[in-house]
This record gives sequence, structure tokens and C-alpha cells, in this order.
Amino acid sequence: MEAHIIGQSVPRKEGRDKVTGHARYVDDLTFPDMIHGVTVRSSVARGRVRGIHFEGEIPWKEFTIVTAKDIPSKNCVALLIEDQPCLADEFVNHTEEPVVLLAHPDKYLLEEARRAVRIEVEPLPAIFTIDDSLAKKQVIWGDDNIFKSFRVEKGDVDSAWVKADFIVEGQYETGAQEQLYIEPQGMIARANLKEGVTVWGSLQCPYYVHKALVRLFGFPKERVRVVQTETGGGFGGKEEYPSMIACHAALLAWKSGKPVKIIYDRAEDMAATTKRHPSRTRHRTGVTRDGKLLAMEIDFTLDGGAYETLSPVVLSRGTIHAAGPYNCPNVRVRSRAVATNAPPHGAFRGFGAPQSVFALERHLDRVASAVGLAPEELRRRNFIREGQTLAVSQVIHEKVDMGQLLDRALNLSGYHAKRKRFQEENLRSAIKRGIGLASFLHGAGFTGSGEEYLASEVVLEATREGRARVLAGSTEMGQGTNTIFAQIAAETLGLEYEQIEILQPDTAVVPNSGPTVASRTAMIVGKLVESAARAVQQTLFKSGLLKSDYSAKDFADACGRYIDKFGALQSLVKYEHPPDLHWDDENYRGDAYGAYAWAVYVAEVSVDTRTAEVRVEDFVAVQEVGKVINPVLAAGQIEGGVAQGIGFALYENVVWQEGRMVNGQMTNYIMPTSMDVPPIRVFFEEIPYARGPAGAKGIGELPLDGTAPAIANAIAHATGVDILRIPVTPESLLSLLESMHA
Amino acid sequence: MPEAARKIRVQCVINGRATTLETYPMARLLDVLREQAGLAGTKEGCGEGECGACSIEMDGALVNSCLVPALQAEGAKIRTIEGLADDSRLHAVQQAFLTHGGAQCGICTPGMILAAVNLLARNPHPSEAEIREGLSGNLCRCTGYTKIFASIVEACRDAGKRA
Amino acid sequence: MRSYVPAYEMEAPRDLSAALERMAREPGVWKPFAGGTDLMVLLEAGKLPHRKFLSIWGLPELRGIEVIPAHVTLGALTTYTELRRHEIIAREFPLLCQAAAETGSIATQNRGTLGGNIVNASPAADSPPALFVYDAELELVSTSGARWVPYHGFWSGYKQMDLRSDELIRRIRLPREKTGWKQYYRKVGTRRAQAISKVCFAGAARVEASRIVDVRIALGSVAPTVVRAVATEKTLRGERLSPAILSAAQEVLAREIAPIDDMRSTARYRRRVAQNLLAEFCEALSA
Repeated sequence: MEAHIIGQSVPRKEGRDKVTGHARYVDDLTFPDMIHGVTVRSSVARGRVRGIHFEGEIPWKEFTIVTAKDIPSKNCVALLIEDQPCLADEFVNHTEEPVVLLAHPDKYLLEEARRAVRIEVEPLPAIFTIDDSLAKKQVIWGDDNIFKSFRVEKGDVDSAWVKADFIVEGQYETGAQEQLYIEPQGMIARANLKEGVTVWGSLQCPYYVHKALVRLFGFPKERVRVVQTETGGGFGGKEEYPSMIACHAALLAWKSGKPVKIIYDRAEDMAATTKRHPSRTRHRTGVTRDGKLLAMEIDFTLDGGAYETLSPVVLSRGTIHAAGPYNCPNVRVRSRAVATNAPPHGAFRGFGAPQSVFALERHLDRVASAVGLAPEELRRRNFIREGQTLAVSQVIHEKVDMGQLLDRALNLSGYHAKRKRFQEENLRSAIKRGIGLASFLHGAGFTGSGEEYLASEVVLEATREGRARVLAGSTEMGQGTNTIFAQIAAETLGLEYEQIEILQPDTAVVPNSGPTVASRTAMIVGKLVESAARAVQQTLFKSGLLKSDYSAKDFADACGRYIDKFGALQSLVKYEHPPDLHWDDENYRGDAYGAYAWAVYVAEVSVDTRTAEVRVEDFVAVQEVGKVINPVLAAGQIEGGVAQGIGFALYENVVWQEGRMVNGQMTNYIMPTSMDVPPIRVFFEEIPYARGPAGAKGIGELPLDGTAPAIANAIAHATGVDILRIPVTPESLLSLLESMHA
Repeated sequence: MPEAARKIRVQCVINGRATTLETYPMARLLDVLREQAGLAGTKEGCGEGECGACSIEMDGALVNSCLVPALQAEGAKIRTIEGLADDSRLHAVQQAFLTHGGAQCGICTPGMILAAVNLLARNPHPSEAEIREGLSGNLCRCTGYTKIFASIVEACRDAGKRA
Repeated sequence: MRSYVPAYEMEAPRDLSAALERMAREPGVWKPFAGGTDLMVLLEAGKLPHRKFLSIWGLPELRGIEVIPAHVTLGALTTYTELRRHEIIAREFPLLCQAAAETGSIATQNRGTLGGNIVNASPAADSPPALFVYDAELELVSTSGARWVPYHGFWSGYKQMDLRSDELIRRIRLPREKTGWKQYYRKVGTRRAQAISKVCFAGAARVEASRIVDVRIALGSVAPTVVRAVATEKTLRGERLSPAILSAAQEVLAREIAPIDDMRSTARYRRRVAQNLLAEFCEALSA
């Protein structure tokens, strides 16, 4: 049957409010009696807290002051484990670690007060590098600084080297990257014995925040309520960190008896909140003279910062994606996430894969060069096909034709002609041009049994008037959750888009649909929306009140009559793990993800050798995604992700000094402006995935994986320089150019 | 405690309405608009004049309201995002943003739309390069700017048709 | 907002005399405040120790662009937007126009002023290199009168100027002497727009029969002040361009600037790029 809403670029559900300035973000809200809160933080990376001194001429009696001693239940921000304190008590383990909270009605006075709190810390030796952490120069976490490690084995790597004609090694590094949502983080909390705890804020995962508050206060679940306000960008940066702010605001609200609003300014947000994990990857690859991959040995390390937060999961995704969309009979991946005295690193779109895919795709260009093959040819000879297995031994059951995606991308970008032309023109020009590619995949949903563990739920309710209300814990943060859920429900029920209402995520009202992360919202939760809609439809059919060939009016009539007769018309649907997906968590092998999106990206760059500035001149992004639910939104996801990838590759450099980010201003932490991005040309292919709504797979994180390596490969092509590290700043590139010419 | 300055009264016109604001002379116009004038559509993204989320029009010129001290708004004609739509009829740029995906998370959108409207007032048929330059003071983290440009190109086309 | 805003005073004097009287009566107590694009950033960051400001933004005596045969004279409150839109400036002082176009964003250009830029005295400022190349002169006024000083010499060290605490810049005068000179400006920033410069090069030369008859070169972001590269100019003045002359000039330039490592860039990068921009400038002269 022809879809009439799926596949249409219907306008965004909450779009009108956004373009008229009526959308309400957390800082736009005020409550009667509301006061403001701020966080006083450690300026020392590691040490013992000797005292907290309240100095200056501040009327301290007017202030609400909260320290670790005020925490009702457990002093932690509960996530995977409970190692991260909500407020530092005896020790601090990173700069910007929260120690004291203050609240007062006067925002200006509050800042004066913040400056007047002196936290006396006796410094302890700190570690800031992966090497120092692995060497256990200081043991700052657990017994050995290691949050998590994995080992993936396929075939027999050790015996395969001897068969290789070429063995190529390389080491690749990526830096920290700040999510830089344009709306800084913030929360408002109300907490008292009568009502329990309620928070409103900018967040991606209402139930993560809920869990953290329950643990902090020791309240029963029903006494804690989390409401998501319109959220101005997240990208993973608001996956786990909002729990911290919610806990802080709630503690101040609890102690003061008033609603408390905490809004971070940009400087605080940049310095204190999570960033993408810095990484180091070592590759050793054995290939035949025909360019066939025989053996891949990969060592992948992430810097997790001072506490565990989500490092094990980031490591997991990075590990599983480390060997890419290739058919290699022998693979070993060893990975670990280690502790340093930096503010904990966390979720950022891609979640480990951008790091390992950068290394792999840059490495493969170097492997191609060693063998004497063109980069695209090396890829083509090794692309995985249906029936073959990935590094984690997952058998590919979907139809995948990477070769065809590659051809399309090369064609659309004019790759071959440009490659030839640039090589000639570069000889005569101070501006060198290059073109490079990356081929990759990205798994959608939580890894392995993760989705089973999440046990996501969605409710769909029909009203007397024949409208449908979708109750899900998935959040809108610009990616289009509200819109696609409405499209899916409308399509399934045969209603108009305008008849579907998506409820604001509020843990008092909506079920736990799992976090809004991991490219799972369309594919996993969207499917639950579809199922819930179908279930309501079935209920009406079975009741005899509705015939299969119905109009919107018939539907409304049937709803009215059903509700009169039987009460509420709704369906609660729970995630059911496909019985044919098996994942072995201990040996890290099996069906890692239900589905993958597949992609080939091509970047064209120009390098001005006088200044070593790199410009991306053209960008082609080709991906197979199952089904495009909303073309404008889907393209918007890819375009935005590519822009973030351009930042990751060229501009976004976190400058660290003694474990503190010192360039925490938008003037000094550089993200691309409208003049720094090229036309980003996006193309989709669709091979429907049976378990996705209308066949859709996940796409949110995909563009972060392939963009930076395509650009790095293009720079290498343009200049002959061996790029091993991103961001490729002009300073680093100039040095590389000079060494090359020396 | 430093001595507090006296509050001042600033008379200006905001979205066509004569307004008196009572505030500290160096309070940011951004804060005064949001907190006193009840206009929360103008946003703070960086507090340093880099992101443009706080863009407003002051006497017809696009400015970052986080960098304007309240005293200097005396006698000014100010337009914020709330002053753009004509009752229920959206401005062409707003409508184009809706149709062409110019807004994702929406936080940069008020500033971005004002920057676009301001650009088109000065240059009704900008080239793509001119659009890029006109918006270069407004940072967007979600869209990669592509659909913002498409929205503006479309708005020009629509304006051309309506003229 | 990291400052205690209630502690900051600002008054709007009714005219220039009133402003100058105030500054004379309480020297150093009241500082002039123009468009605020620098000072408000400091206020936000909690880094503005000074508390009393005179808003000079509305003073008509400080606005306006006057064109006479010998000079173009700019009121100190001339904004970057006004510079960009002025036909004579675009034609005869293109480097200043280009500098204005590359300063901040449209919103910054509407509020940022040339006078404010000069007094803020950031070594990374975009307009001063062009002003040096054009041999700009500044009119400084106070209740004691007015004096004209060449911009070259006015700026003596990091944030140090030959400006008394009771003085304001009223006008900036540009002699119309460089028509026919080949002109070059390049700002190397952190990105294409809204960028603080890492190296900024402004140059102009009068070339006759392949000989550099006269030349002006100024660089930003490579020293505690914007540098008028007089030694480099001397190496080029009177010479015919050749690889040897360029090389010699690059060597002199490297010694004439004092770039540093900071969070935006490195001394090594700045030095090398400054030399490369000098080469690009010379290439433009030969074209």
C-alpha cells in the first residue's frame, strides 16, 4: 500500500513555536518564589579537600548552602555504576569538580558569592595522559585505572601474518570534542517532603535523570518526577550530564524550600561538562599483494576522565566498529577505557565509533598506498557482503552492496576526474587540492542485549474525538522525534498528521522508552509507536466498532463509542528482542546490532600551503538507511552531522592545561560558521529493514563516523602529508608540510 | 560588598510598543528583554557576542543584545523575534524555515531568522555567498546551515512572487 | 554574567564638552564607552575592573565621515558597517574596508567603532594594520584642547598608548596619498568568519618600473602591539623585487616581530605565516 505520510517532508511538529520564538526552553521558564543556584568547583585536578571557606563581604545568612553532607541518601550521580560523587567530599579528582552549591534570589549577588568561596585543596599528583594512566604513574581509579576492557577475536590473527605480502602499521589519535549545543545546560527543581522532587530541564533521557534523583534522595520512584523542556541541542552532551545538574538543583530546592533554577553559562558548560573521549588507536594490518585483508590487529584506547560515567559503552561501540564494513578472516581488537584527572568524558554523537573509524579509514588509505592500489580499489576488494561476517562474527543478513554505494559516491563527487586533475594542477599552485573518501557502517540501537535490557515501552492512546496521543520517553532535541512519531502513528492509523499529538516527556505521564541516544529513536522506538498504533487499531477491529476500510470520521466515531462502552482506548507496547539475534557478552561476539546503516563519504579539500589552512570545498554523503521517513529531516541530520565532523577534523581543538580546558569560550573553541561549510550533498538509498517502522534504520550518528577520515584522506591526497591525528590544525599541518619538504 | 548603582529608566519602543524599562545601566539588553519585557524569544548562547542567538534589530541594525548595555537602548526602536509575525501570519522567512527545515532544535532560530530578515531588507536577492556572509555571525550546531540557506533562498523567491 | 552588574555605573553626557569636562574633573575615574563590543565581553567574563563609564555612543561630534581633497577624516565612532558602505573608503582605502568586513560579524560591525578598536589596543585588532599602512593620524581632545598625533608612535606597548586619562579620540585622519599604490591585506584567522586573527598583514607599495619606490607594511597578532615593520620596509624600499630581496626581507621580518604561543596558535606558525604573507604581498606587487 502506498504510504501517504511516511516519506513526506511534513513540517516539524513544534516548528511554529520555534520560528516565532514561543518555544519554551528551561531558561525561559520562571516559577513563583524561584531562586537561582550556582556551583562552586575545584580548580585543582586532584587533591584532598582541607576546608571550605566563605569569605568576602557576602551576607551568607541569606544564602542556601549545600555540600556533600546535605545529601539525603547516596552521594553519587547514579549511571552505570555509582562512582561519581554528586558533590566532592574528601577528595577531588578533576578540575571543575562540583564541591559547593549556593542559591539566592539575586543572580548578580550569587556570582559575587561564588567568587568568595575558597575551597582549600591539598594537591595530590595528577595524571593527564593515556600513557601515564596505563603506566599507573598514579592509580586514581580502581586498582589499575581501567574502567573497562574488551577483547574481540575472529579467526587466528597470530598465524595469519606469515601469509601476508604486506604488513602496515600505524597509530592514530583523536582529540576531545565539545558537543557545543547552542543552548547551555540547565535545570529547575522543586523538592519538598509534600511533593517529592520534580525537575524541568534540557535533557535527552528523562529516566536517566529520574534514576539518579531516586538514588540521591532515597525516595520511592513515584515521588520523583522529571519533565523535559524544549531542548536546544544535545548530541549526547545532554545524555548523562543533566543528571548531575538535576541533582544539584534538587538539593538546593530541598534545602531552601523554594524552586531553584541552575543555568550554566557557556564558559562553565564547556569547562565542566562531558566531551568526546580522546582516543589512540594502533593498527597492524596484513594484506595480500592483491589487496585482500588477511589480518587486522587493533589496539583501541580511550581517555575516560576521572569517573566511569558511560566509558564502558563508548568503548564497546568503538570496539565493535573498529574493523569496519570489511570482510577480514582474522581480526583481533583489544580495547580499554582508562582514567585520567580530567572532567569525565562522555557521550557525543557517534559514541566511540568516530574515533575508531577515523583510525581505520585513515589507515586503509595508507595500506592501499603500501600495496600500490587506489584507496577506493582497496575498499572495493574487501567490502563485506551478505552472508559474510563482521569482526565480531556477526553474519550479515541484510542486502548490502557497498560497491554500488562507492560507485555512486565516486560518480556524484567527480572523484576520478578530480583526483587526476588535482595531481596535475597541484604542481603549479600554492593551493593544493585533494579528494578523499571513507566507507563505513553504523549500528543502530543498543549493542547486543542492550535493547532487551532497556525493555522500552510506548503507549498510544486514542481520544473520543479520534485523535491519537503518543506517550514515549523519547525526547525531541531538533532531530525530529516528535515529527516522525506523528508520521508513523498517522500512517499506521490512516489519520492526518495533525490528528496526532506527541506528549511532552514527563516521567509522571510517559513510560520509559529508553534513552534518546544510539541512533535508536526511529528504528527501535518508532517501531514501538507503529506497534502501539496497530494494537489500538486491532482493538477497534476486534470490538466490531470499526471496519478495515475506514475513514478518519469512522475512526473518530468508533473511538467515541469504544470509550463510552469500555473506558480508555490505549495500548502499551513493550520491546521484544528478535529471537534470532544472539549476542555473547563474555566473548564479545555475535549479533551486535539489529541493523546497520552503510555509507560512503567523499570530501574535497583545498590546502593553502602558505597558511596551511584547509577548506572543505565539496562534500558528498551517500548512505543506505532502510527508509527515509521525512526527507527534509533526514537530510538535515546528515548535513548537521557532517558539519560537526568538519569541526572534529579541522577546527575543534580543546586546549588543556593541567587537566583544565582553557579555551572554553566560543571565541577560542572553534566550530564552523556558515562560511566554513561547503555545500553538503546528501543522497539516500533505501533497502527496507523489516524490523524498523516502514523499514527505517537509525541515522543520527552515522555522519560523525565517516566525515573526519574522508577529510583527512583528502588532505593527505592534496599534500602528500601523512595525517595521523585530528584535528588537523593549520599549526600542525604547517609543521608536517615543513618536515616533508626538509 | 560593592555599592550598587541606581537603577535607571530606559524609554524605548519594542516591537512597535512604547516601553519603559527599569534596570541597572549596564545590565545586558538581552537580560532586560527576557526578564522585564517578557520577551523570552531572544536567547543566550554564549554571552560573548559570538553565537548570535541573542540577535535583535536596534534602529534597523542587527546587533547582539548580550553586548548592548541597557542605557544605550534609550530612544531605540527594537525588534525581536516576537515582533516579526503579523498576528497569525508568519513572515516569509519564518514560513520558509518551517517548510524547508531551517529549524531543528530551534535555539539559534530566532537570531538566525532576524539575521536573515535583516539581510533581505538590505539585499532582497542575495547570492549564496552573500547569504553565507550575512549569516556568518549566527552559529548553528544542528543543521550544518544547508537548510537554512535553502529556506532563505525560498523566502526570496516567495517574496519575489508576492511583490 | 560573571560581574556584579549593580556596581557598574554608566551615564550618557549630553555632548562632547560635557563628556570631556567630566573626564577632566575626575581623571581616570570615568572611561569612555562606545559600542561596547569589547567592554561588554569583559563585563560578561567578570574581567572588567573599571566601574564607571561615560556612554559616548550618541555623541554627534564623534560621528561622520568628511572628505576633502587632502584627507578623509573619520569620526571616532565610525562603525565598521559605515566604513564598508562608504564609496571613497572602498575605493581609496580598500584595506580598511577589507579589515572592517573581516571584523567579527555583521552584528559586531554595526556596533564596533574605529575609535573603540584603537583604544582597546588589542594586538590582534584587524583595522590597525590598515591604519598604519595609510599613515593615519589621530585627533585627541580634552578640555585643554586638541592635538593631532601620528598613529605610528601612539601605541607604545601592550595596551599602552599616548592617551591621557582625560583625553578622547575625536577623529582619525587618512591622507589621500596611496591612490595608485598596490595594496594587499590578509587576515589569517581561526576560521572564515568571526575569527580572532592569528596573523594579519597589511601592505601597500608604490611600484615604478619594477622598483619599489615606497612601501608600508604592518602586521597584527605578532607582537604586543600591531607592528609597523619599518626595518622590513627599509629592506624593500628602492629595490627591484627578486628572490634574494624577498629572502632578505623575510629574514628581517622574522626578527622584527615577536610572536608568541597562545591558546589560538604558536609563535612558530605566526612567524612562518608572516613570512609567507610577505612573499604573497611581493608576488602581488610583481603582478
